[in-house]
Amino acid sequence: MSPAATSPPATVFREFLDSGRLGFQICASCEQSVFYPRVLCPHCGGQDLRWRESAGTGTVYSTTTVCRRNETYNVALVDLDEGFRMMTRVEDTPPEDVRIGMRVLLQVRHDPDRSEPVAVFVPAEA
Amino acid sequence: MTTKTANTAAIVGVAESDLGEVGPGVTPLDLIGQAATAALADAGLTKDEVDGLFSASVYYPMANLNTAEYLGIQPTYSDSTNMGGSSFVAHLNHAAAAIEAGRCEVALIVYGSIQRSASGRLVSSGESTPYEDPYRPRYPVSAYAMAAARHMHEYGTTREQLAEVAVAARQWAWLNPKAFARDPLTVDDVINSRMVSSPLTARDSCLVTDGGGAVVVTSAERARHLRRPPVRLLGAAEAHWHRSISAMPDLTRTAATESGPRAFARAGIGPSDVDVVLLYDAFTINTILFLEDLGFCAKGEGGPFVSDGRIAPGGKLAVNTNGGGLSYCHPGMYGIFLIIEAARQLRGECGDRQTPGADIALVHGNGGVLSSQTTAVLGSPATG
Ligand SMILES: [Zn+2]
Repeated sequence: MSPAATSPPATVFREFLDSGRLGFQICASCEQSVFYPRVLCPHCGGQDLRWRESAGTGTVYSTTTVCRRNETYNVALVDLDEGFRMMTRVEDTPPEDVRIGMRVLLQVRHDPDRSEPVAVFVPAEA
Repeated sequence: MTTKTANTAAIVGVAESDLGEVGPGVTPLDLIGQAATAALADAGLTKDEVDGLFSASVYYPMANLNTAEYLGIQPTYSDSTNMGGSSFVAHLNHAAAAIEAGRCEVALIVYGSIQRSASGRLVSSGESTPYEDPYRPRYPVSAYAMAAARHMHEYGTTREQLAEVAVAARQWAWLNPKAFARDPLTVDDVINSRMVSSPLTARDSCLVTDGGGAVVVTSAERARHLRRPPVRLLGAAEAHWHRSISAMPDLTRTAATESGPRAFARAGIGPSDVDVVLLYDAFTINTILFLEDLGFCAKGEGGPFVSDGRIAPGGKLAVNTNGGGLSYCHPGMYGIFLIIEAARQLRGECGDRQTPGADIALVHGNGGVLSSQTTAVLGSPATG
């Protein structure tokens, strides 16, 4: 059995990020995607969850420009093509230019504030 | 009108504590004490007759223990279900079930908060998630902002229509001497106020005030012998589908689509029978979503429905007649104030903002980030 199979889901998720990848789970019983990672399938209750690396392509489901005292930045919900949704932010474009329906690509970047890798997205078209 | 529901529980006392900005040194329990005393006096009952206690708090993880100790009561039935600001409408549902089952006879539902005096911002539980925290959404407004953005995208809802919700709430607040925000407000003012999380501005967002409230519930039989005409609980229901906004399946459709029809079915009536509507308006998008999800208009038509003063005083439907969380009072978990205003409307006590002849009120609580949805249908004493 691989170490990943016995590690807690949040630990495996972080190991994927540490290696520059976005991990998610597929349920062996109902074949639906599961995100965030957990020990059972919330769709069918199955316990046989298989880790997969996301291809990192998706579509913006919704978006907001967050305004704080000295900064504005994007927060978005992205639907990955594998059939799961995650919170993220779209970078490399002004936050107000992020649009619902926009195609985006995964980038695992270093978050300087948190000193850890973070899964963000960039616009798919230049 | 007469409804089909068995008359099992009734609201017999309601009260607020001091509201607005109570100043330094006052604790949430002090406000609970004020509100509980006033609501029991309204009902003509004493604290020693309370055997069921219901409360929720962000200050006290074991809310009922602090509350009962402070009030000097020893409940034999205790429920501090916390599903956010909707909790108190859930407590009403739970209290009615407990009374019906004979587990308690006099239920006290209470809440108190000092968010304005203590910090000036909403206090949240401090829970964390590695799947959202790195992106630093402003909690909870960014979640509601993304629901608003999605609703605008799918249904063509406009910035102006969102603003109409805040303007209508303000016009109701002008008629409520207890409302916190009573200065003039226009659609342009809402749109041009400080952006918080686009498309929502500061004026699309609920107030941050202090405040407490209390509601006394007892059996219909006991209610007949008390000093106030009883407000009947005709039906109530609750539903929750998610906690975090990234787990909400469809940001334009809440679990009110489930709690609403179940509450109406128990009451044996429908949206067209409702005279006054109290919706948890944490943000302007809430009112639009809940009017749709509860069946007052079709999905996607909430924007036009709230426009041109249709939910303002003198409009087609009386919505949030106290001024709502947007203009009357919002101490963090607003749900109990919906019940208080509905009871007063059904008792005909609302003065300038009274809906003439109101017989049926709908109360709808929301908690978390559109997460928990709780609906109650209330009837005036005349419906008994
Ligand atoms: Zn499954």
